[in-house]
Amino acid sequence: MDFELMLKVYPFFLEAAWTTILLSVLTAILGLTCGTLGAAARLSRFAALRFLGAAYVSLFRGTPALIQLFILYFGGPQIGIQLDAFEAGVIGLGINAGAYMTETIRGGVISIDRGQREAARTLGLSSWQATYKIILPQAARLMVRPLGVNLNMLIKATALVAAISVIELTYTAQRYIGSTYKPFEMFLLAGVLYMIIIYVVGRGVAWLDRKVQIN
Amino acid sequence: MTEQTDFVEIRHAQKSFGALEVLKDISLSVTRGQIVGIIGSSGSGKSTLLRAINDLDPLTGGEIWLDGVQVNKSLPHRQYEKHINEMRQQVGMVFQHFNLFPHMTARENVTMAPKMLKGLSQAAADKLAEEQLDKVGMLERIDYYPSQLSGGQKQRVAIARALAMKPKLMLFDEATSALDPELVEEVNLVMKRLAEEHMTMIIVTHEMDFAASVCDRVLFMDKGVVVEEGPPATMFKHPTKERTREFLRKHIEGAK
Ligand SMILES: Nc1ncnc2c1ncn2[C@@H]1O[C@H](COP(=O)(O)OP(=O)(O)OP(=O)(O)O)[C@@H](O)[C@H]1O
Ligand SMILES: [Mg+2]
Repeated sequence: MDFELMLKVYPFFLEAAWTTILLSVLTAILGLTCGTLGAAARLSRFAALRFLGAAYVSLFRGTPALIQLFILYFGGPQIGIQLDAFEAGVIGLGINAGAYMTETIRGGVISIDRGQREAARTLGLSSWQATYKIILPQAARLMVRPLGVNLNMLIKATALVAAISVIELTYTAQRYIGSTYKPFEMFLLAGVLYMIIIYVVGRGVAWLDRKVQIN
Repeated sequence: MTEQTDFVEIRHAQKSFGALEVLKDISLSVTRGQIVGIIGSSGSGKSTLLRAINDLDPLTGGEIWLDGVQVNKSLPHRQYEKHINEMRQQVGMVFQHFNLFPHMTARENVTMAPKMLKGLSQAAADKLAEEQLDKVGMLERIDYYPSQLSGGQKQRVAIARALAMKPKLMLFDEATSALDPELVEEVNLVMKRLAEEHMTMIIVTHEMDFAASVCDRVLFMDKGVVVEEGPPATMFKHPTKERTREFLRKHIEGAK
């Protein structure tokens, strides 16, 4: 194994890792936003919104994320959507992650005992007041772990945007393979950096999960 | 419209869950300060009737009136929500499984709704919480979370939470059924104290002795109808209907 080469290219990989992190953060924010809206739609009392929510989930979970990215980035200009690769990556991955998060958030909300909402409504709270004062604070605690799983998958999925040439970790590894012919070292380096990112995020999620538990 | 004495009035209440008719033309009126017990076997519709009173299980037919106002009147959705939230503020409900908010302390459970709906200041809310929790003997546990309380203590906090809204009417749906036998009495005592204060109450219960000791009237329900009703002395000692006799035989002898 060529450690010398790895040490030499390492700073470039580190820089690419920052792009991966930025991509992950933006994707997570967009994903959470879409997931919250999606869950709200899935749980709405309006059938049309429930249908839209369900369609969103099955469409984006039912097709490869890579195809979704390709349609957005390569197909987009054909229908007047001009995005640079990074933007397309964030939007494509964010909407995709949102579909998974929709189910996570919905799962958290519906797992709260029916009696909680009833008790709140009985006191005179409106449906919305019961939701945000009673249901969501409890559901949010239950969601930390499964959302952590979504986050883990989302970080790994950022590797896909290499295919639309966003200069993140995976793309960088591929590029250095072109000039060094050392795929083992280059992919290993990228893999280790992914692992560090995912490990840190995983610890953060575990910490948050412990922190929000009641007592 | 309604006579002044009819504080709660249920007129021809009918409720179906799909094809299953759970309440069949039930009429009932309760005067102010009266304590009505509802007994009956499992599945007879007791909870459904109680929950219809504050519209948790909306009726499919008939009317519910509270203090001269129709609870289940037909209004456009938004207006109905506003109306029903106001009505529910006047009706306290206590559930078999307490349904305390686990992410809030006893104090927060009690003050949440008054702060939110009546705009109480923190100081006023704290005073209210102390007052109400003291009344149910839970003042020392004011800053405990539900998970740190026993079943009987949880139920007493739940009663305090309902009372904090200063309801005109209290509904109890088997408030002691989920409790260990040795914890039943402390909750019954709280309810007895409310009875002495002339709170209007409708109490669904499986405890015949308790019903006999606090209720002014007892209703026996079976298969969605009120089979028989009367003061506890007559109901428990000289029931006239065979179905009532059979139920009481099973229940009073079964308990011994
Ligand atoms: N949400 C619901 N959907 C369908 N059926 C229901 C629903 N709620 C109650 N039922 C049915 O209505 C009937 C009456 O139920 P209810 O809970 O009022 O009985 P109950 O007298 O309170 O019984 P218990 O003593 O067991 O509490 C039962 O057959 C029950 O299965
Ligand atoms: Mg019941």
